[in-house]
This record gives sequence, C-alpha cells and structure tokens, in this order.
Amino acid sequence: MRRHTHTPRRTTLVAVAAAASMFVLAACGGNGGGSGDASALPSDSLNPSVDLKTQSLVVSNWAAYMPDDLPANFQKEVGPKVTVTTHATNEEIVAKLTAGTDSGIDVAFVSGQYAQALAAQGLLEPIHADLIPNLANLYPEATKLPYDIGNKYSVPYSWGTTGLCYRSDKLSFTPDSWNDLLSPRPELVGKTTMLATERWLMLPAQKSLGFSANTTDPAQMDQVKAKLIATKPTLLAYDDTTFYDRLVSGEALMVEAWDGWCNYGIAKDKNIKFVVPKEGSDLWADTMVILKTSKNKEAAHALINYILGAKVQSWVVENILYKVPNKAAMDLVAPALEVDYPNLAFTPTDLLKQEGLVDLGDAGPMYTKIATEVTAS
Amino acid sequence: MTRIGWLRLPLTLTYVFLYVPVVVLVIMSFNASKSPFSWGGVSTHWYAVLAGDQNVLKGLGNTLVVAAGATVLSVALGTLIAVGLQRHSNSSFLDSFALAPAIVPDIVLGIGLLVFFSLISVTLGLHSVLLAHVVFGMAFVAAVVRARLSQTDPSLEEASRDLGAGQVATFFRITVPSIMPAIIAGALLVFTLSLDEFVIAFFTDGPSTPTLPIVIYSMVRFGVTPEINALASLLMLVSFTAVLAAQRLTRLTDSV
Amino acid sequence: MTSADLVPGRGASRRRARVERVVFLGPGIGYLIAFMAIPVLLILSLTIFKRGRFGGVVYQPTIENFIRAFDPIYLSVLGNSLVIASITTVLALALGYPTAYGIAKLAPKWRTIALIAVVLPFWTNFLIRTYAWIVLLNSEGPINKSLVGAGLIHQPLELLYTRGAVVAGLLYAYIPLMILPLYASIERLDPQLREAAANLGASPWRTFRDVTLPLTLPGAIIGSIFVFVPSMGNFIIPELLGGGKTVMVGNLIRDQFLKARDWPFGAVLALALIMFLVALFALQSWVTRRLNGGGRT
Repeated sequence: MRRHTHTPRRTTLVAVAAAASMFVLAACGGNGGGSGDASALPSDSLNPSVDLKTQSLVVSNWAAYMPDDLPANFQKEVGPKVTVTTHATNEEIVAKLTAGTDSGIDVAFVSGQYAQALAAQGLLEPIHADLIPNLANLYPEATKLPYDIGNKYSVPYSWGTTGLCYRSDKLSFTPDSWNDLLSPRPELVGKTTMLATERWLMLPAQKSLGFSANTTDPAQMDQVKAKLIATKPTLLAYDDTTFYDRLVSGEALMVEAWDGWCNYGIAKDKNIKFVVPKEGSDLWADTMVILKTSKNKEAAHALINYILGAKVQSWVVENILYKVPNKAAMDLVAPALEVDYPNLAFTPTDLLKQEGLVDLGDAGPMYTKIATEVTAS
Repeated sequence: MTRIGWLRLPLTLTYVFLYVPVVVLVIMSFNASKSPFSWGGVSTHWYAVLAGDQNVLKGLGNTLVVAAGATVLSVALGTLIAVGLQRHSNSSFLDSFALAPAIVPDIVLGIGLLVFFSLISVTLGLHSVLLAHVVFGMAFVAAVVRARLSQTDPSLEEASRDLGAGQVATFFRITVPSIMPAIIAGALLVFTLSLDEFVIAFFTDGPSTPTLPIVIYSMVRFGVTPEINALASLLMLVSFTAVLAAQRLTRLTDSV
Repeated sequence: MTSADLVPGRGASRRRARVERVVFLGPGIGYLIAFMAIPVLLILSLTIFKRGRFGGVVYQPTIENFIRAFDPIYLSVLGNSLVIASITTVLALALGYPTAYGIAKLAPKWRTIALIAVVLPFWTNFLIRTYAWIVLLNSEGPINKSLVGAGLIHQPLELLYTRGAVVAGLLYAYIPLMILPLYASIERLDPQLREAAANLGASPWRTFRDVTLPLTLPGAIIGSIFVFVPSMGNFIIPELLGGGKTVMVGNLIRDQFLKARDWPFGAVLALALIMFLVALFALQSWVTRRLNGGGRT
C-alpha cells in the first residue's frame, strides 16, 4: 500500500506560493502606501452637461437607511437607474473597497472616520461642490466636522452623539455622568451594557478621565484600559445591536447608546430617557462618498444632490429618528416629533460642543488590542 | 421500530434541542412588534411585509442558486478527490491539503478571493460566490466520503473489473452506490452551510446579486424584523412538506 | 494499491493507474490551488509587510508582526478558545454519536427524513436562530419566568452572556457537522458483524468497543474536526450569546482585518491558527494511523 511521496508535487506548491507572493508585490505596489494622494484636488474630468440618463449607479448602504422608493423616484425625476446593495458594518465595506480594484460601487455610505481613511488611501473622488447645489441646505456647522473639514471627500448624511439611555421608572436617581455607567450603583450592577465597537467602548472611560476621544497617547490609553477592565464585571454585556430591546424588556436598566438608537427604545416605552453625560461625548456622522473607480461620477453627484433635498433627509429624521445636518430638512420636521424624542431637538451648536471622531491613524491597532484585552479580561 | 431501543432517548434529546429554538423562531414570526425579541401580540403582518419585499425574495433566489450549484459541484469534485486520495495517493500532505479549506479562517479566504478575483479581473457576481463556496464545500464532501471509504472493501471493485466492467462502469455501479449515504450526508452539509454563509459571500459577491445572508446582516443596524422569522418559517414548512411528499410519492428510500 | 503496480511489465496497468490518479485527483487539487491556495497565500504573504497609516499595506519588509503575535493576550485567547472548542466538541460527540447511531438504525425510509430533519433548522438564518436563543435564555425570558413562577428559584438564573451560553450556542450551531459524518460511517456497519460478535459471546460493550467503535472512528474524527475548527473561529456567538465578554480566536483575526485594518498582523494570527490546527491534525492522523495499523496486522 505504501507509495513514495511525490516530491514534484510539493515542489510545484512551493513554486505556486512563491509566485503568488510576487503577484501581490507587483499588483499592490500601486495602491499601497496608505497615505495615498490625499492632497489631490477635484479633477476637471467631470462633464456637467453629460446626459445623466446614460449613466447608472450602484449604491452601498445599510439596509433601510434611505427611503425604499428613492431609486424609482430618482430615476423618474433625474434619470439614472440606481441599484442599492447593502453592507452590515463600516468595517466590512471598507475592507471590501480596499481589497478589490473595482468593486462596481459608485456611492457608499460610511461613517466619517472611515470616509477619512478611504480618502487618505486615495480611493475617493473629491466632491465637486458645483454639482451639488443642495449643499446649501446643510448647516454651516456641517462643514466643520474634523474627519473632513470642508467636506472635500464626503457629504454628511446624518449625525449625532452618544450617551446614556436609561429606564427613568426603574432608577432611583437621574444619571448624568459616565461614572454612573463605569462605577455603577448597586441597583445597576449586572443591569448595564456598553457598546462593543471599540471607539465607543473606549469613549466613556476616555471622557470620564478627561481625555480626548481621539487620543493616541499610550499612557492615557493604559488608564482607559484599567478603568474598562474594572467596569467589566458590573456589565450585563457588551452590546451593539440589541441594547434597546434589553432596556424595553427590563433586562438592562441603563445602556450606553447612540442617540438615534435610544429613540427606538423610547418609541416602545416613554419611560426611557437619553442623556449626554456632563463630561462630554463624541460627535459622529454618517457620510456619502463617491468612489474614484466610479464611471458614473456625474450621476453620483446628482444622487447626492437629490438626497440632500429636504424631502429625503426629513424622511431620515421621521423614520430613522436620526438627526440630519440639513437645515431645510430639519425645518420640515413636525415639532411634535421633537417632543417625543427630545434628542432630535439638539441644535448643531449643541452637537459641535461634542468631540468629532477622526481616524486614529497608526494608533488604530492599539485600540483594537486594548479592546481585546478588556473584553477577554 | 423497537430495534432502536434505548437510542430513542438521545434521538429525542437531540431533536428537542434542535427544534426548541425553531419553535421560538416560528412563534416570533407572528409577533406584532418590530423586534424579534420582545412580544407585542399576535399578527400576520410580517408575512404580508415579506410577500412585498423584493430585496429579501431576490436574496433568497440568489442564495438558492448558489447553494444548489455549490452542492452539485462540491459533490462532484469532493467525491472524486476522496476516491483519488484513498486509492491513488499515500501522501499525507495531499490529505491535509484537501482538508485545508475547512481550517482556513473564512475572512482570510473571503478577502483572499476578492484580491485574487480583482487581480485576474473577474467580475464579481453569483458565479464568484458559487466558486468560493465550492472551496469549502468540496472539503466537507471529501472528508465525509473518505471517512466512509477508508473502511470499504476494495475487493468488490476488483471483482467488477476482473469481470470486464470498464473503469467508468465500475465507478458508477459499485463505488458510488457504496458511498451514497456519505454523498447524501456531504451534500446536505454543503447545501446547509452555503445557504447561511455570510463572510465569504460578502467579499466575493457583486453589487447587484446579494445573497440572503448579506441582505439580512445589513438589516442589523436598523433592526432585523420578524419578517425574517416569517421567511424562515415558510422555508421550513415548504421544505418539510416537499420532503414528506417526495417520500410518499416515490417511496423514497435510502440507496443502500 | 493493486498488485499490478508492483509487477514490472504490465505497463498498461501502470499507465491506467496514472490516468486514474489524474482523473480523480486532478480536478479537485487544481481547483484548490486556484481558488484556495493562491488566494490564501496572497493574504499570508502580507505577514512580512507593514500596515499603512490608514489601513492598507506598505510593502516594506518587517518581522515586527511576528514578534507582536507573542503577546500574552493572544496566547490567553488561544487557550480560552481551545477550552471552549474542546468542551463543545466533546459534548457534540456525546450527543451526536448516539443520535447518528439511532438514525442509522431507523427503517431505511425514515433515515433520509431524519437526516434532513437534522439540518432543516439550519436552513433558517443564523442571526434569527441566535436571537431565538436570546429570547429563550434571557433573564426575563420564558425559562427564567417559569422557573421563578414555579417558585423553584427566586432570582432569575444568569443563563445568557456566560461561557456556558457560548458553548451551548456553538454546540447548537455545529451539531449537524458531527451527526452527518458519523451517520455516513455508522450506516455502513454490517449488522452481521455485530451479530457474529454477539453469537461468539461478546458482551454488548465489548462488541461496541471491538467492532463498532473502530469502524466508526474515521467518522467520529472527521465530525470532531468539523465541530472543533469552526468553534474556534466563530465570532458572532461569543458576541451575541456571550455578551462580548468571551473572546475567541475567530474574533481576534476578524478584528485585525476589519477593525484595526491591520492586514499584515491579521495574516500573522491567521497563519498561527492554521499552523496550530495543522499540527493538531498531524498528531491526530499519526495517532489514527497507529491505531489502524495496530488493528490491521
């Protein structure tokens, strides 16, 4: 039954391995480097008078984040056909856009700091403001977001902050500090959750210690880590997706939450309240970006312009319960909605007082490692 | 049925374990509330929503195409390689190579395939997801078939050949029937794994042909609604009915 | 294996054997080289490069990634994953073996149905199956409510967000991967063998140990690998059922590729996991061969 192993086969495989790595070297030399050509100015290659009906668009977005009938209406009113594809997280779509040469996607929805990283890698088409007259609908504050000051590569779609979302009917006090979450009173032990995504996992400890939410100082991050490790035994869970349901069921009594998501809890139980802790919080934004590989950049700008119209963005407020950086849209929203969901009434000035998140650059892996050390502790 | 004796106990235990969450899942499909967690009263609302949801239905169609195609290809390639490894190779390197797809982290395979497809300029779509799913599908089929082959008596095949039957005839008349249960088990595995695979599919899929898991995971941010429970309930109902009907009609029996 | 190979002069047979080898092994191996080996090597070749400032890869050789991998945190996560995956595998074997055995003993017409019934729950989406477990196990859920209602306990049990919940979730997710291969190898057991053993006076336990078990071992091993490997790699169950408080190797690798956007280091961790598993399988294959060899001679 024994037979000699065939060495040629093994040799072949080694050869393939070697060839493959050469392949990488050769092929990726082009888009490597990371820091890319972030300084590129808008090219003049766009033709504003192109017949938009000849173009079509692929848009990648989270499911249900824009009106279902948007593609049909856009096609009817402006021309281009729109195909919507969906992604689950920023991280996944960024990995996909980074790995492939042409994803076939024209416009992608990603959060601000991810737009910054994509732009820095030279993957984004600069925004041609002259093709998007509806930029005038944005609040002036919407051009001051630190991940992309002046909206050179991205256009903000929605924004908000992070705070504590709690059951006012079951707490004996009114929380107002990140320490209410980090060092909970006995009544809250085992009844709180924190966000699992690393930037927001760090945020409460960073703010409670008086640090920046964008700090890249290892000594500060060591303190953050120690604080979070001390908090871990008091938590019910780290939870990014189901925390408001836990709050409604009473399984959790206080959770770290994005403002918009707390509204989903409030929608089910009016006793749920939201507070931005006194130590301050973050300012996050979701943005629209155009990929450099897009062959339909005129239509892409037209779509962003269409979305910035008051009608679409007020839909976002009314249905997603997120704030939008769009004055015309916010003006359309019925005041009653802001009574039901008080955080919708935060003004741009209120929001700008919070700290805008930016990409961490070389400190990114340090955050990931600390997140592992905290959650595995 | 008395011959299964005490085995009734573990059988019952396993099926209860398997189906308790399914019962919960089906109950939640009749939930009036928007959440798959909290109960808000009885309603068939989500079945109506499902009926009008082109994205989900299209995703289901895409997924079924990929799963069926991946199953057929995986069974063909996996069975061949299993027989080949058993009969015509004694290299433990090849053994582990054939099992390797099962141990490569899915994110590495997914991103690797995306880079590879970009390098050779393959347009992404259902075909690339299918090709990717065959990678692990083939490994599962090969392993299951080999586990059975390793104890099979080769004398039957030799007899068949000695009697003058051709290679092909011997393979299909003797070998394949003797490993049929392994092929069925392997095929069921591949189909099941492919139906629900997300990571590799996300990276190898094109923008206009999302598979069902891609559609569903992207709902996580703004809420996976009981619509998906309704879809799952219907899918199981249809599958079970089809299987039972097939059994009634054709007196479907195991091949061996 | 046929004697033809050993007899010189029967060139036709040898040629036939070579053709057969190409026909059987060629397509599969070729496929795996194209769609697995090359893509995976593309990623693994990144291990020697640097992460770009904003993600991506800078093609400057470095060995720093390998040094980073020896941080105790990664070893402790590996150890933790090993424990959880091993417990899951043992439980899956304990539950899966008698189940597969039972299915193989059913009347033939019921077997396929019983097999399909094993995989059917998994034709639903993974997320909503996991959500169903959360509904069942949470502190306000039906299990806790009925236990409290019946006066058996005063405080709800902490069923969710524990390591136990992670093991239960993994066991549920991967039990079919144990049952199906086991079934495939148990089904071919010749009942006459066991009867013969029984007639010769062997006790049921001895019959099982000396006849049944060795013959079904390959299936049990494959099933165990099928359960063990993805249990190490799963990252959603620890997040949803473990409340993010348990970290598995799968989380580590995923986080490097997606969250840190540090592909070179992700590739190092992936390589480490692959090598660890390969070593484990090599050990297993060596043990099996010795067992088998002993059985045959």
